[in-house]
Amino acid sequence: MNSMLELRNVTMQFGGVVAVNDFSMHIEEGEIVALIGPNGAGKTTAFNCITGVYEPTNGEILYRGRTIAVNHPRGRMKRIYGGLHGDMYASRRVLNPTPDEITRLGIARTFQNIRLFRSMTVYENVLTAMHLRARQNALSAVFRISWKEEQRMREDTERLLKEQDLYQYRDEKATSLPYGKQRRLEIARALATEPELLLLDEPAAGMNPQETKELSAFIREIKERYSLSVFMIEHHMDLVMDISDRIYVLDFGSPIAEGSPAEIQRNQRVIDAYLGVSEDV
Amino acid sequence: MAGFFHDNLSYFLSGISVGGQYALIAIGYTMVYGILRLINFAHGDVFMIAGLVMVYLSASLPFTLSIPLVIIATVLLGFVIERVAYRPLRSAPRMSVMISAIGVSYLLQNAALYFTGGLAKVYPSIPGLSDTVVIWDATTKIVTLVTPFLTIALVAVLTLLIKHTKIGMAMRAVSRDFETSQLMGIRINSVISITFVIGSLLAAVASLLYFTNYASVTPVSGSMPGLKAFVAAVFGGIGSIPGAVIGGFIIGICENIIRGGASIFGIPGTGWTTFSDAFTFAFLIVILVVKPTGLFGEKAVDKV
Amino acid sequence: MDSAYRKRLIAIWIGIAAVYLAVLLLDMTLRPTSMLLTVLKKGAIYSLVAVSMNLLNGFTGLFSLGQAGFMLIGAYTYAILTMPGDVKTSESVYKYYECFITFDTGVFIGLVAAGLMAALFAFLIGWPVLRLKSDYLAIATLGFAEIIRAIFQWDVLGPVTNGANLLRSYIDLTRVTLPFTDIPFPPTLFVFMVSGICILIIVLLINSSYGRAFKAIRDDETAAEAMGINLFRSKELSFVISSFFAGISGALLAMFQYTVQAQQFKSMMTYEILLIVVIGGIGSISGSCIASFLYITLSEWWLRGLDMGTFLGISAPSLFRSGFRKLVFSVIIMVIVLFFSRGIMGDKELSIPRMRAAFARAAKRMRKEAAG
Repeated sequence: MNSMLELRNVTMQFGGVVAVNDFSMHIEEGEIVALIGPNGAGKTTAFNCITGVYEPTNGEILYRGRTIAVNHPRGRMKRIYGGLHGDMYASRRVLNPTPDEITRLGIARTFQNIRLFRSMTVYENVLTAMHLRARQNALSAVFRISWKEEQRMREDTERLLKEQDLYQYRDEKATSLPYGKQRRLEIARALATEPELLLLDEPAAGMNPQETKELSAFIREIKERYSLSVFMIEHHMDLVMDISDRIYVLDFGSPIAEGSPAEIQRNQRVIDAYLGVSEDV
Repeated sequence: MAGFFHDNLSYFLSGISVGGQYALIAIGYTMVYGILRLINFAHGDVFMIAGLVMVYLSASLPFTLSIPLVIIATVLLGFVIERVAYRPLRSAPRMSVMISAIGVSYLLQNAALYFTGGLAKVYPSIPGLSDTVVIWDATTKIVTLVTPFLTIALVAVLTLLIKHTKIGMAMRAVSRDFETSQLMGIRINSVISITFVIGSLLAAVASLLYFTNYASVTPVSGSMPGLKAFVAAVFGGIGSIPGAVIGGFIIGICENIIRGGASIFGIPGTGWTTFSDAFTFAFLIVILVVKPTGLFGEKAVDKV
Repeated sequence: MDSAYRKRLIAIWIGIAAVYLAVLLLDMTLRPTSMLLTVLKKGAIYSLVAVSMNLLNGFTGLFSLGQAGFMLIGAYTYAILTMPGDVKTSESVYKYYECFITFDTGVFIGLVAAGLMAALFAFLIGWPVLRLKSDYLAIATLGFAEIIRAIFQWDVLGPVTNGANLLRSYIDLTRVTLPFTDIPFPPTLFVFMVSGICILIIVLLINSSYGRAFKAIRDDETAAEAMGINLFRSKELSFVISSFFAGISGALLAMFQYTVQAQQFKSMMTYEILLIVVIGGIGSISGSCIASFLYITLSEWWLRGLDMGTFLGISAPSLFRSGFRKLVFSVIIMVIVLFFSRGIMGDKELSIPRMRAAFARAAKRMRKEAAG
């Protein structure tokens, strides 16, 4: 049985800076996995490699056993560094999926710095994300031949907004919502693409303790309701320890630990990385 | 080979000359883009206005007065345009500033149209520049020979200015990171003003050289050289001054080789002149596709 | 669909029908050369091209400056196709070339072909150009329009395009007939119908799922991509559709002018269209239409005196001479760009409740002034 998502020796390099170094991990069906690490550890870069925003310098990413990204398309970087396993992937065929193809496969994401569609209302934000799964073409959409499909999209949007407790904000500008609600809306919008794997980039950032607590129940709830797997980056340790099945820790781009919340809490290297002990000695 | 070169010398000479003039205009584009990330669509029209001002001034003033006055007037024009049309939009979206630049271009062309009555104005012949010389059987004007040297001298001065003076350092800082340099206490507005002043000054010099060669000014005579100079700036890598210069020369030379297509390639046809304009833009599209950063440009990484 | 919405929809359709009826009446009663009809025709043509540009610049966030080029392709395609075969083979138009195309088609096929040809060019050019960032896209499309203009004047293509010489004797507005009859079609109504249908299609597009995808790209490319919207395909779609309608508007312009020449489709024309879009409000269809009619009315009619020596009864031939109108115009445009950058409509659409609210506000202000 293949893992849902698997990263093999993923390395991402910007010029001389190695943002992610030889990172391997996997997520199984139905798991909640967290990726933690100090600021600048390369967590968001890892996300961006998975979602096709960046092309990893080296390494391989598989979704349900199918390779979705391998090697750097131009192979320029690997001559400089290429990671520990550069040779292994150097000769592999280059795949370079765009973010929308990744989303089509069933991986949806949210953003660290909320990226809602500014000019649109809450309702339109979610409705726009329904475009991906709509069965129509440009002609049938313009001439309203597929009006039933449009109607279905609108009904689904209303249902989703109700489920996500956002229905009362339906006609408000998305950017006028309170911060916590904007995060919820981003998740709702991601859910509208009917994902199987949801990537959350710091979902609790900027939330107060009360909201954070609610968020942990909320993530569990959407995971059950939409039968999702969740992979998230988070700084709030309470939240991470509460809901994660497994945790990966990155420090300066390199993976330093992996395990259950209890194991991670005891891991000396993780403690050092967070407190900066090993650096100072 | 020597014979071929000899036969078509006039095309190569005017290519180098026009190339130098494009290079001078291109510097104005590339510096403004480097600092404001704005394609200053009005720059070509500033160049045209410089030509018109010369036509009007030289009618009543001697060249020793009118040439400096043209340069001063052009510099003032560039300064005022930035002050009135771009500065109020500093925090507006980039599209608004570009629209404003197009609006200025439209305004300058219409103003020129009004004052000239749409007629082509004869450019005065500047003694020393307009005289003809014969080199290796090719007849040309002195300006053709002067342009490349003058261009290179001006670029050398400009490079020294940017490398070694305080204001040059400020310019480099602003083009690297707008916000941070603001925080570091650099007076952004004066840096931008100086950029426009330098750009307009070079455009004024270019107009003296260019119109001496072409002998007449019309309200639209700025738009084509302007666009081509912009292509030169893109080709050299936008934001890079040596890039703009090299780009200017390459475009000028290629264009004139194509213009001489009938004799150089031995393919008959009268459409070569119109085609040489099209070439520049085809070239632009090819550059943008193959190497959008140009020869010396730096790649910008968007943060997600 | 609630009843208030349906009522509004009916009101809109009645309003549109009334406008068309009025146009038909004017067409029947006024002299064909009257200024009002000229302004209406040209205004409708510019509305279409402004709306097509707004689709790109306002709704998809692509700063494209190729509109004049696509209009040129449309105008030439239409003129060449509908020019009667015997005119093409005789020497009256193609004086220096042997015309390569000897058949001719009707108006409808000519218009559709004009759009399709522009769309084809857009499809080809979009492939390299739409991967560029905003300002590079602007310069590349502007450059493309210049290339098109140069190519259409190239003498090697003379047998098709008649080189740099003008094209005429094709089916212009006065020669359009009702289908299957010889009764002339009211020319102003014809222009209104063609551009009305085209604008309607653009409105339907913008309000469809695809239109939402375009707006998503305008708002945030990264987020749009993460929501599964293929950036390149959506941009290409928007670009091709916009060019299709620019092509049709070019054909309409050719019909309106009786003659057409590549020389007129300069970048200045694109600038004018862009400025119309800005005046109307970037992202507002009704704004673009209002601004087009306003622009054309002012420049062709009301401000004409500025060029002719006498304006508002003031006679100053030395000031009000040729070109003054455009100068005044460009100053007005700069004022709008700098101080009223939202234009007439902003990104809102003209609607009955909004108009009612605006009237109510104005009435309230007037009452207050009367009381105070």
